[in-house]
Amino acid sequence: MILFVEQMLNGLQLGITLFLMSAGLTLIFGIMQVINLAHGSFYMIGAYVGATVAVASGSFLTGLIAGVTAAGIVGMIVEIVVLRHLYQRDHLDQVLATFGLIFFFNEITRMIWGKQPLFMDMPLWLQGNIELLPGLIYPVYRIFVIIVGCLVALLLWFLFSRTRLGMRIRAGASNREMVGALGINIKLLYTLVFGLGTLLAGLAGVMAGPILAVESGMGESILILTFVVIVIGGIGSVRGAVVGALLVGLVDTLGRAFLPQVFRLFLSSSVADGVGASLASMSIYILMAAVLIWKPKGLFPAHE
Amino acid sequence: MLVAAGGLLLLFLPVIADYLGDAYMVSLFTRVLIYALAAVSLDLLIGYGGLVSLGHAAFVGIGAYVTGILYFHGFEGEPLLGIISGTDNALIVWPLAVLVSAVFALIIGSLSLRTSGMHFIMITLAFAQMLYYFFVGLETYGGDDGMSLYARNRLGGLDLCDDRQFYYICLCFLVLFLIFTSRLAASRFGLVLRGAAVNMKRVRSLGIPGRRYKLTCFVIGGAGAGLAGALLANQTEYVSPALLHWTLSGELMVMVLLGGLGSLFGPVLGAAVYLLLEETLAMYTEHWMVYLGPILILVVIFAKRGLYGVLAGREL
Repeated sequence: MILFVEQMLNGLQLGITLFLMSAGLTLIFGIMQVINLAHGSFYMIGAYVGATVAVASGSFLTGLIAGVTAAGIVGMIVEIVVLRHLYQRDHLDQVLATFGLIFFFNEITRMIWGKQPLFMDMPLWLQGNIELLPGLIYPVYRIFVIIVGCLVALLLWFLFSRTRLGMRIRAGASNREMVGALGINIKLLYTLVFGLGTLLAGLAGVMAGPILAVESGMGESILILTFVVIVIGGIGSVRGAVVGALLVGLVDTLGRAFLPQVFRLFLSSSVADGVGASLASMSIYILMAAVLIWKPKGLFPAHE
Repeated sequence: MLVAAGGLLLLFLPVIADYLGDAYMVSLFTRVLIYALAAVSLDLLIGYGGLVSLGHAAFVGIGAYVTGILYFHGFEGEPLLGIISGTDNALIVWPLAVLVSAVFALIIGSLSLRTSGMHFIMITLAFAQMLYYFFVGLETYGGDDGMSLYARNRLGGLDLCDDRQFYYICLCFLVLFLIFTSRLAASRFGLVLRGAAVNMKRVRSLGIPGRRYKLTCFVIGGAGAGLAGALLANQTEYVSPALLHWTLSGELMVMVLLGGLGSLFGPVLGAAVYLLLEETLAMYTEHWMVYLGPILILVVIFAKRGLYGVLAGREL
């Protein structure tokens, strides 16, 4: 039982990371209708810059702010230099151009930081475990991630439902031609949305720094999961991103934790572990296929 | 003209290689031919069917694994599932690889074609990743590390371990596939396909079942990729899940784009340029990718017709 709650929390934490990645990306998909394969690169940039600054300054928070800012700024530059030319193009062009961006960023980080993974120390005030419930000991850092994620979700909700900018973003997700026709500066809006998306990705990256190794290509594995989240949640919908991220985070974590044990009930131990692990890796894709068959546009598509 | 020149070059390549005393060239160009086959099959999907599939590598991987698994059971372990004994006879293995890939393409295609646009791209990607993890989990066949074949398949009286003979076999397959696909593209099937890619509603209002055509196209593309996979397994004498990774799908797309979308012959040029660039640039700098990225972006933004379009000067 304790194990189950612990795994639920782990799933929640993964879900939060995925939410940070997918909230921005789903808006980019929905408003700008651009497929951006390079979103994982901003996750990576946030992690690299954050790790470097944190080690250099000795302060985790400084690293966090630096990483997030770097990802946002690089994102806006990329939007202005590359993505602007791709809005009118078809999806294939976007896939290929952003693929080129992945090559570029992966190699640049290897050139600047070398091939060895960077390690980011967990700050002292976030180390250790606390006892949440009797018998349930959980790392402080993961709770920190969950709290930050919830705060970001709240901030985004406030941004979207209570501010003018948020209103324009939501309008853009529903019907961008109309927004342009109403005289809103679409170019600036796009740049800001893209910057917001990459900023969130950078935040996810910095926070993942102490847990995972910071290395070139770390963005790719999380990118695929992000795509799955967005497809499940519905393109253009932040609410969908929340639900999708939590679903994927929970299914993936619980699957990895419990599927091998389920299979052990009727298969030999080693076979069960192999099959269980394999099926656990495949579980979210199966989930995605199932959702798409039932609702081809995702669970909460933004109305277009 | 360009096609004829290219064809002659490829035909006489082993002779040229002998003259230059560089045996590695034959092996390199065999790889080019195999990737070209996969790229042409993808061009059929993207250029004609308008089906941007980021999961095409899955079919290459399936073809390779069929070859690898049959080899494994023929020489190392007990029969597969207790009844199918392995074999290394190309006349059995290769058609089987094509068939299995086609079946998977049928399944994946019929599920994916319920969606379109961005969803289609992502669902094909996800299916490929699913299969990738499936093969990573197959410990018997090497899992993440993959497995080696100790020799290539047998084909009649030929010795495929001889690089030159294998090269000509691959060239044959590429030429046959090119003839097949260009005939297909020029036929009524190709016409319907192109129409469906542009405006599906109009095609259906004409009473033509557009989706069935797209699915057929998807399956043919998958079958071609499966053959490429089988040949690749033979060429490298190694199969691994990396063949199913989406980055390979991306590389194939790059080859299609560089060569010229929808031209069918272009991707051959694209595959050649990509692989040769990879070989030569890697000699000069370890970080050649940092140049390839921006080059790719520039090609996408400015040189849409690809190399073939530029060289042949045709409107595509």
